[in-house]
Amino acid sequence: MVGIVSYGTYIPVYRIKAEEIARIWGEDGEVISRGLGIKQKSVPALDEDTATIAVEAAREAVSRAKIDPSEVDAVYVGSESHPYAVKPTATVVGEAVGVGNYYFAADLEFACKAGTAGMQICIAMARADMIRYGLAIGADTSQGAPGDPLEYSASAGGAAFLIGRKNVIAEVEATTSFTSDTPDFWRREGQPYPKHGGRFTGQPAYFRHITSAAKKILEETGLKPSDFAYAVFHQPNGKFPTRVAKMLGFSKEQISPGLVVPYIGNTYSGSSLLGLAATLDVVKPDERILLVSFGSGAGSDAFVIRATDSIESFEREPKVLEKIERGIYVDYGMYVKLRRKIKMA
Amino acid sequence: MLPRFWRKIKHRYNLIATKCENCGTYYYPPRNLCPKCRRKSRIVEVKLSGKGEVLSYSVVHEAPENMKDQKPYVVAMIKLDEGPVITSQLVCDCKEVRRGMRVKAAFRRCGEEGDAGIIYYCTKFVPE
Ligand SMILES: [Zn+2]
Repeated sequence: MVGIVSYGTYIPVYRIKAEEIARIWGEDGEVISRGLGIKQKSVPALDEDTATIAVEAAREAVSRAKIDPSEVDAVYVGSESHPYAVKPTATVVGEAVGVGNYYFAADLEFACKAGTAGMQICIAMARADMIRYGLAIGADTSQGAPGDPLEYSASAGGAAFLIGRKNVIAEVEATTSFTSDTPDFWRREGQPYPKHGGRFTGQPAYFRHITSAAKKILEETGLKPSDFAYAVFHQPNGKFPTRVAKMLGFSKEQISPGLVVPYIGNTYSGSSLLGLAATLDVVKPDERILLVSFGSGAGSDAFVIRATDSIESFEREPKVLEKIERGIYVDYGMYVKLRRKIKMA
Repeated sequence: MLPRFWRKIKHRYNLIATKCENCGTYYYPPRNLCPKCRRKSRIVEVKLSGKGEVLSYSVVHEAPENMKDQKPYVVAMIKLDEGPVITSQLVCDCKEVRRGMRVKAAFRRCGEEGDAGIIYYCTKFVPE
């Protein structure tokens, strides 16, 4: 049986309210907050970046698994905000986790779905018996240009999943992808902020890819929405995952434990994975979770995951929800300093 | 700076200490000989848990150039649960820090060589 052996998460402690961002740009904070389904978002500290977030999440995953770090034979880090343009984040993680030197490693990029792409690679390698355990991590410290609507959602956080064949807490029963060349969101090399096609890209990008991947995996497995206890969809805002769930026949109750975006914003590569982690925090043996990520550019990875009996004895504290709740609020001035939006002379 | 940092990465990313298996004493920074046991020393390398408590601290208001954007910040002497005492930045609200406070190791950035140079990562501490 191949699946999730352990997981770990990290969310920076600072938060900024949508209201506070709206105050600076002369917008109605309440209207924006309600429109996006986002109350606040996480903000990284000056000494945090994608590598530090990935390391913290990975260390938690390895320590909860109670394995020797040297048994980790692969490290894949998915992000759109790797600290270096050239020089992998994965090697920083491998060293900090103490996996040794004989391991497969690479950084992955596919907007917000780079982390789930890493999961698919690790699942395939574990099935092929190439690795004992593999770490698939999605982490980001994403940025929106000042005044851009993305500024209300682009946040920071990450999750790490340890994939393997032994002591599986949640079996990955199936995975599939739907991919197309869709330019809905991009960032050119050397540019600090991304560009996007605006609100009209929802239909051809987010909704088309998620529903196509979800329908395909339901067809392949012969399962229907009622066979799942929970579902997690990529969460660029609070509205899209709620709407796509309804389109596919999933209820609000099924998506609610994994809907973390209203409180921490869109953590990009961390987004659907933090949702999955929050859902694994509450799942019981034999319950199924449908996970569907989305990355602009564009693609969706779908997974059918089923909790095993081992989930009951697995260490799930502190829960993702507790990490979400302990936040320190900052104002917009502190926020631009933390996000290095002020250029020093 | 670069080669000097590079060779120490292992000790900066993780709290690698040595332990004398003869008397059970931990040494950080690591030592090759136990001064208590001398010739009877049996030294092994161990990774410390990273958990400990604040012995004393000071709040830095006059920061060096590369730390200016983080001032005021806390530098603390931390007694690790295994015994060794380490001096490190403690990332927390300056008003929150107190003696005896429980802390744990965290992986953070500790500097960079300008916009185009290498980024340094190291171990700092945060409230547990
Ligand atoms: Zn000794």
